[in-house]
Order: sequence, then structure tokens, then C-alpha cells
Amino acid sequence: MKKEMSISAIREGTAIDHIPSKDAFNVAKILNLKNVKGTISVATNLSSKGMKKKGIIKIGNKSLTQEEVNKIAILAPNATVNIIRDYTVKKKMKVALPNVIKKAIKCSNPNCITNKEDAETVFSVLNKTPLKVKCHYCERLMGREDITLL
Amino acid sequence: MEPNIVSINDFSKQDLFNILKIAKRMEKPHPNLLKGKTLATLFFEPSTRTRLSFIYAMESLGGKVLGFDDASTSSAEKGESLWDTAKIVEKYCDVMVIRHPTEGSARLAAEASSKPVINAGDGANQHPTQTLLDLYTIQKTKKTLNNLSVGLLGDLKYGRTVHSLVKALSHFNTTFYFIAPPALQMPQTYLDELKKKGIKFYTESNLQKVSKNLDVLYVTRIQKERFPDPVEYQKYKGYYKLDTNLLKHIKKNMKILHPLPRVDEMDRSLDNTSHAVYFEQAANGIPVRKALLALVLGKAK
Ligand SMILES: [Zn+2]
Repeated sequence: MKKEMSISAIREGTAIDHIPSKDAFNVAKILNLKNVKGTISVATNLSSKGMKKKGIIKIGNKSLTQEEVNKIAILAPNATVNIIRDYTVKKKMKVALPNVIKKAIKCSNPNCITNKEDAETVFSVLNKTPLKVKCHYCERLMGREDITLL
Repeated sequence: MEPNIVSINDFSKQDLFNILKIAKRMEKPHPNLLKGKTLATLFFEPSTRTRLSFIYAMESLGGKVLGFDDASTSSAEKGESLWDTAKIVEKYCDVMVIRHPTEGSARLAAEASSKPVINAGDGANQHPTQTLLDLYTIQKTKKTLNNLSVGLLGDLKYGRTVHSLVKALSHFNTTFYFIAPPALQMPQTYLDELKKKGIKFYTESNLQKVSKNLDVLYVTRIQKERFPDPVEYQKYKGYYKLDTNLLKHIKKNMKILHPLPRVDEMDRSLDNTSHAVYFEQAANGIPVRKALLALVLGKAK
């Protein structure tokens, strides 16, 4: 873990690794970190063996909820989530796209009921790569390029 | 099976067969089957034919009907959410039928309501009772649903009835002929799905080139309200005008269906031929809707 510590070590919290470099800030954005009290660092353009350039996000004193992990999976399907306790990785989780994505994606159909009234969005994942999802309400099919996060 | 009738995609082949079987039984009178039951019709946009058909179906089974057919006199006008409307109306009824201009509205209402919900059209998305009466008509007039060659003509791009019917017929080894001007052809996602399932289909803009192959021709009008751009609509209205000239180029027992209303795509001269079954098709809405009401209320299986 020495290499990661060179970015900014955290004592307790979460480190999200193997994010596509270009999406690091987007991942940070959807995690809604505004109210986090601990140290947050976002690193991009890091060299990585497995991918071209990667990004890492470290969040002090925060554990991610399942919902948040799901959102990461939409943008960064190969990311890993490391739970840090006392400067060491206590637990490593691969993010995994669930079969149903709730409250994370906005429906691209402007005439969908979820865009007209207060209803939580629900999408079923029909295909993981390339990503293809279907709105539970209006039945619109969406690919990765149609997806905007809530 | 789902206690709600929201989308044709919710039903398996067995479910579809079952509904058609009950519909056949409903050709006979069952005047007391739904006695003491109340249907609420929530029509947030007008559709007189569909609404009358539901009212007639419910009353002929001995049930009662209440509801509205004009959103401007309803709570929606005052800004009440569909969710809340469904929650309130469920107290006055045993089953509700909803028509709403927004896609996904019926699914949401079904989730809000503890009583069964039947979708009578949610925007451009689904109109499952239409699809079921189309299937019923094909089965009744062709004596089978299996291995038919079915032509679908008109606006295949925006036509919701066409999309749902294709989905439903995909269970029955249908060969599809999609007949439309290139700009109004079936969306690629549907064609990809058919390909994946190994179902045969052809796309064509000239009806005469394929009409001889057809067992069924499903004609649709080119619907102005579905076009995002009115200029685009002007280009295609009147593109197809079917009349008795067609009869020289078809099988002897080919049947013509149309969800109605028609504009000018089908001449009245066809009405009295043995091929035209579209008025019978509209009438088939009655046994099919009777079947669905009885089914969701647990009075038929
Ligand atoms: Zn939607």
C-alpha cells in the first residue's frame, strides 16, 4: 500500500481505486461528498498496470453505502473500493453493477413519469458490457451514452 | 401472473393463451360475474372508444362503473400527483383502468394502488388491451396464432400498437413484413431483438412487393400526435392509400386489421370484403376486456 500512501494517506475511510482517469471527478461528484468532514483527495492521470491512466479517490472517515457503490459501478465498472482502517486496507470490494439500479440514473425520456412527478427511478440492467438498461416505468432502453446520474 | 395489466412485456406465452381462452368464454353472457364490484375509469386524456368498451364490458358482467374522462375536471388539474389520485381512488373501487399521456404512469399507479390496475394507454408506451384484442382477432379469424406471415404497415417508428403487437407475436413463430417508408421503419432495437431471437422479418416500403405472402395485414394510420416535428408529418400523411386494387395481389383468406380510427390509409370500399375484419376487431375489445376484468378480480382463471 506504499504507493497509494504517496498520494495522501488516510487513517480511516474509503479509497476508490482503478477509476478511469477521465471519470474520477464525475465519480467524486455523484458521491455527494460536500458534507464529508474528513480529508478528501482526488488523484487523476496516475500510471497503472492494468489501464491507461487511472484515478483514485480517498475519503476520510466515510464508508460507502450500497447505493453509492452502485453509482460507481455505472461510471467505473472496474473500480475497487478499499475500506481503510488504521492506514491499512481492511477490506477490498470490486464494484459490481446490480441487476436493478435504483435512484441513481435519470430516465432519458422527458415524457417518463419519473421526470414528471416525484417517483424514484428504477432501471433493470439488461446487459453489462456494453451497458444497456431499461426504465421500469416507461420501458425506454438506454445505453451508456444516454445515462445521466441523479 | 401479474395482478395488473400494465405492459404486454409482463406476459409469458402461457399468460397470453390463458387470457385469450378466457376471452373466448366471455363471448357468452355472464351477467352476474362481477356483481358488487366497481370499476373506476381514470382517463387523464380522452379516448371515447376505449372507455366505452371498458364501461360496456364491466356493466355486462354486472359490475358498476365510476370515473372521469377529462383531466381538466379532475384532481390532476389542481396539481394532485398521480400517486395520490390512485391512493384515493382505490378506496372507491375494486379495479381501476387508467389512461394517461405520460409514459410509465400505469406502472406507477399500479404500485400506488392496492387494487388491480389496467393500463388503457400510457403515452407512447403501452396499450396492452389493444394488443390482446389484436391477438384475439388474429386467432379468431385465422384459427391459429402459429407460423403466420404478418405484414405491419404505416408508421412503424412511432406506432405503439405495432411495437407491442410485434412483441406479443414474437412468441408464435411469426414471419414479419415491416412495410413503411424508410424514415418510419421499425426502430433498430426491435429488429435487433428479433434477430437475436432468430425470428424472420423483412423490411419493405412497397406493399405490392410482399402482399402475396401475407396471412394478415395490420394497417395503422400515420399519427400526427406522435411526430415530434409537424413538418415531418406532412411528408408522410397519405403515403399509403389501400383500396380494392390491393385484392388482386393477396391471398384469398388474407385478413386486414386496423386499430382504428383510420384517416385515409384504407378506403371504405374494402369494408365489405371478406378480408376486412377491423370492425370485428374493435368489437373483440368487449370479450377481451371482460376477460381482463374478471381475471384481475379473481373471477376467472
Ligand atoms: Zn422512463
